[in-house]
Amino acid sequence: MASSTQSSSLWHKHAIFEKNSIILVIGIIVAIAWGGLVEIVPLFYLKSTIEKVDGVRPYTPLELAGYNIYVREGCYLCHSQMIRPLRDEVERYGHYSLAAESMYDHPFQWGSKRNGPDLARVGGKYSDDWHRDHLRNPRAVVPASIMPSYPWLEKTPLDSTHIGDQMKTLSVVGVPYTQEMIDSAEADLKAQGAGDGKAATALVKRYPKTVVRDLTAEKDGLTELDALVAYLQHLGTQVDFKLYDDKANIR
Amino acid sequence: MANATEPRVDARTGTATTGHEWDGIAELNTPLPRWWLWTFYLTIVWSIGYWIVYPAWPGVTGFTQGAFGWHARSAVVDDLKELQAIRGPGEAKLAAAKLDEIEKNPELLAFARASGGAAFANNCAPCHGAGAQGAVGYPNLNDDDWLWGGSLDDIQQTITHGARWDADKATRSSLMPAFGRDGILKADEIANVAQYVRSLSGLPNETNANLAKGKELFATNCAVCHGDDGKGKQEVGAPNLTDKIWLYGSDTASIVNRINVGGGGQMPAWGGRLDPTTIKALTVYVHSLGGGK
Repeated sequence: MASSTQSSSLWHKHAIFEKNSIILVIGIIVAIAWGGLVEIVPLFYLKSTIEKVDGVRPYTPLELAGYNIYVREGCYLCHSQMIRPLRDEVERYGHYSLAAESMYDHPFQWGSKRNGPDLARVGGKYSDDWHRDHLRNPRAVVPASIMPSYPWLEKTPLDSTHIGDQMKTLSVVGVPYTQEMIDSAEADLKAQGAGDGKAATALVKRYPKTVVRDLTAEKDGLTELDALVAYLQHLGTQVDFKLYDDKANIR
Repeated sequence: MANATEPRVDARTGTATTGHEWDGIAELNTPLPRWWLWTFYLTIVWSIGYWIVYPAWPGVTGFTQGAFGWHARSAVVDDLKELQAIRGPGEAKLAAAKLDEIEKNPELLAFARASGGAAFANNCAPCHGAGAQGAVGYPNLNDDDWLWGGSLDDIQQTITHGARWDADKATRSSLMPAFGRDGILKADEIANVAQYVRSLSGLPNETNANLAKGKELFATNCAVCHGDDGKGKQEVGAPNLTDKIWLYGSDTASIVNRINVGGGGQMPAWGGRLDPTTIKALTVYVHSLGGGK
């Protein structure tokens, strides 16, 4: 509330910034650098922010393809994947989300809006058929639902030609996809949707606890719906909370 | 832009100007409202209080812990403990009681129904409906027509281990063959069986239907699970075909489609997701909806 520039008190020193654009730019850089130093840098070295959790693995190629569809259709606009450590959320959705559970999501799907329920632990909560019925027309199973229908997903063949490239890119930013995983991406993707077999055994060896389904019995090839269901059924199932130590990260 | 040495005052409003002037238009230097400014200062002071009370500043090996050691993860543990203190006594009684005792004890029954109702709304309603009325492919739980049995023990078994849920070894399993897709029956044979199945519950048939042929095919292909009389077998989850309750629809097209693709609905095993007491409450809730045996 400087009503005068006469005073030479500290309060009025900001006039230096306002009148010299170079000094202003330097001032902005210093302020942002300090903010970054305090808020971002510790996340890379503080033990409590980079908690290692058993069971977390990168997505299988089919789950990754489903993740892509989840992002493409904007599911995150109405569904969060972030169970906060609050009583009512833990009561409804299960154990609160751990940072490690979304560490291989680029970008993460925490979301900030809950027109629909949180999906962080939706995996295994409903049957595959339910997900198919529900995505085709949510009103068929939940009459009061306001979710849009996604009928084209089951009619659109899944394009998996670039899934290996995407895994290669993700490996650059720290997702531990091995060269072997990248090379067998398309084979793994098909194996997860084709039921039992040698290829499926190899897939489960590379990606522990993967659920393999026979999805091609009634049609040729996999659809986008198959990938999305595989992704949804995987959500929140990686960490075994019977073994997870709740107190490990409480000081 | 004039460099002000004297405070200039706008004659019309009596307010000081910043000294900036463009084409005779001066910029008023109206001070911020006092209440706003003091609220702003107060928030700054408040933030200092936050630094002291809550975890705040990062350091080299850790961060400031806050004066009272508050932590989001321990806070929720405490909240859940508090909740357990309220629910605990009721849950302990429920856990100790046998299933059939619960229904005879009005106090326990009320507790189980309230607890089971909440669990049902969260976990079961998406498939079975908010009023347990079901949907096409998802059984109605209000009636007395049960796929896997409607006794308390049967219901508990189904909830705990699910149906056709491969991850659970004790799951209810059986799979109707895909008579059409896998070429076990021809299209005209399926049409006749479908017509015969409709006749079992007194539904009208198409005029050209060969019911005798349908009956013969039913006896050799379907009766092993659905029974010679079509009344179903709960041991294998085969529905009763003689009643008016249809899981996938009673029209000819729906029946033909079901014979074509076979299979059956899946239900998740809730044993790994819900604790045994909640499953007990759910069992009593579902049993008490109207159709419990």
